[in-house]
Amino acid sequence: MSRLATRFAQMEGRTALIPFVTAGDPSPAATVPILHALVAAGADIIELGVPFSDPMADGPTIQRANERALSKGVHLRQVLTWVAQFREQNQHTPIVLMGYLNPIEAMGVEDFAREAAAAGVDGTIIVDLTPEEGQHESTVLRAAGIDPIFLLAPTSGSERVAAVRRLGAGFVYYVSLRGITGAVQRDWQEVLGRVRQLREALGLPVAIGFGIRDAATARLLARGGADAVVIGSALVERLAEATDVDTAVELAHAFLTPVAAALAEPTQVSA
Amino acid sequence: MANYHQPDEHGHYGPYGGRFVAETLVPALDELQAAYAAAGQDPEFRAELHSELRQFVGRPNPLYHAARISQELGGAQIYLKREDLNHTGAHKINNAVGQALLARRMGKRRLIAETGAGQHGVATATVATRYGMECTVFMGADDIQRQSSNVYRMRLLGAEVVAVDSGTRTLKDALNEALREWVTRVEDTFYVIGTVAGPHPYPAMVRDFHRVIGDEARAQCLEQTGSLPAACIACVGGGSNAIGLFAAFIDDPEVRLIGVEAGGLGLASGKHAAPLNSGRPGVLHGNRTYLMEDGNGQILPTHSISAGLDYPGVGPEHAYLKDSGRAEYVVATDEEALAAFHTLSRREGIIPALETAHALAYAFKIAPQMRRDQSIVINLSGRGDKDIHTVAALEGIVL
Ligand SMILES: Cc1ncc(COP(=O)(O)O)c(C=O)c1O
Repeated sequence: MSRLATRFAQMEGRTALIPFVTAGDPSPAATVPILHALVAAGADIIELGVPFSDPMADGPTIQRANERALSKGVHLRQVLTWVAQFREQNQHTPIVLMGYLNPIEAMGVEDFAREAAAAGVDGTIIVDLTPEEGQHESTVLRAAGIDPIFLLAPTSGSERVAAVRRLGAGFVYYVSLRGITGAVQRDWQEVLGRVRQLREALGLPVAIGFGIRDAATARLLARGGADAVVIGSALVERLAEATDVDTAVELAHAFLTPVAAALAEPTQVSA
Repeated sequence: MANYHQPDEHGHYGPYGGRFVAETLVPALDELQAAYAAAGQDPEFRAELHSELRQFVGRPNPLYHAARISQELGGAQIYLKREDLNHTGAHKINNAVGQALLARRMGKRRLIAETGAGQHGVATATVATRYGMECTVFMGADDIQRQSSNVYRMRLLGAEVVAVDSGTRTLKDALNEALREWVTRVEDTFYVIGTVAGPHPYPAMVRDFHRVIGDEARAQCLEQTGSLPAACIACVGGGSNAIGLFAAFIDDPEVRLIGVEAGGLGLASGKHAAPLNSGRPGVLHGNRTYLMEDGNGQILPTHSISAGLDYPGVGPEHAYLKDSGRAEYVVATDEEALAAFHTLSRREGIIPALETAHALAYAFKIAPQMRRDQSIVINLSGRGDKDIHTVAALEGIVL
């Protein structure tokens, strides 16, 4: 069983917490310590952003994080070495790389899949790769033991859900709103309703992302039965304040701890 | 290439093109594609577009025989397709009118656009006003500095100009920002992309709206010279004016198709905007094409004297035409373009855009090696009024 499948099996109905951080931000030296700090604070899975020069689906917060990382020369192969370093001490927490296709194409998707699997990467969310365009990439990734994780949106029709069912693995990332990372969602009940339908149709856990900024929202979604919640921009915003590795580690821990606590509260079982 | 027919139904030109976007944009692109297909079948839409191109844009524009320059070069006859005479002074308006009419048909009341030199922004602001729509134009913060007169023109026309200060603060970043805005407000907003880039159906749709350039030029050339040109030459930024001209000649194998990229300070310097000459295939802005990128797949900053060519990618159809050998892609440097800018101004009384000057520079280079009974059609994609500050500054003159 893959690390992602194992992790979801272990959740036993609890909602998995997936923090997102951009690799190399606020500094290259901080990334591995931040990953460990997030696990210590209660992360069940980690999404690690691979910096790209043109992050067209990201809001200002993550754009700036990408720019900061790129200005320090961060690149995909380096991100893989950080995952490998993280794995020296942690063999259980799944790591999902999130980014854009071009850096992977530049490396060559075959080489990427092999090296990422060797480093201990469990899944990829390639934001600009739809199932239609991504058949070859998905096959290569799966053959290497990496789960291709696709996005679905409120506007995705049944045909697109079927395509994701065919090619996707690990979990599905449900973009809770029409917009970019960092935007504001208002109607979480509607989101939860849609997520329940998707889980049924896909037979995969569905993580909710975009627009979750705090413990209160995470708790609301957990009570509503979400498989997983992704919390990104709000954390990245906090980390941007760090001037050294120790502060970054403290900020990451301090930010995630109350969110994890909110998810750990016993949930009232609703009908 | 007899019976050339690209792209396929998914927007692929061989390995290029396609639709590489976040899932949130897919339904918007599906809606656009369906609306565009329906409009193309609708005689009323076609008649309205035709009428707007005549009455508002001023088509057909002439295919002008530049006799003095031809004489001086001593070789092929130089013919200029006068897109600079269109309303707003460049080819960009052909596409802006087409997309705005489509937007209106789809019930959208707001247009957004990205712009580099400001020409596409001005064209979009113009049609938005003409059709009573709101307009927001995204422009790199650095380009706003470089092209202040076009920024003012857009504001005069009632458009909001938003400065984009992410990334390299130029055209590519403006495109990213426009895509972000579109995904956030898809219900009432139509994104008017200004070149043959972006996800399917944009490259095909923008080409189709510019094909009028080639259709007119081909008929005019036959009428005026009795034969087809030996070559068609156009500058290539994203590639819209070039593909508009080429499209009508692709099935004429005897006509050479030559696209001229911005050679900047020379290919060896790395300071240029010539992805077809020195880049490699990758994925940016929703399609697969040749890109200027580093070894890690990060998009590189570009340089050109002309803001309109300052783009690290190129329309996917050009990538396909390059690989297939049907079209050739060459470069002209800043210096060569500037010389051609002056030559045309002084010999023919036509001040060209700096973008266009790249095409002229290459034409002036090859014409002397050709026969006098051959002709070259150059797409005179725009007029140079917007560039006089840049050119004056290079000569140490403050206007
Ligand atoms: C006059 C003119 N020509 C050419 C271009 C380049 O665009 P394209 O390659 O899409 O024709 C521009 C872009 O701003 C322009 O203003």
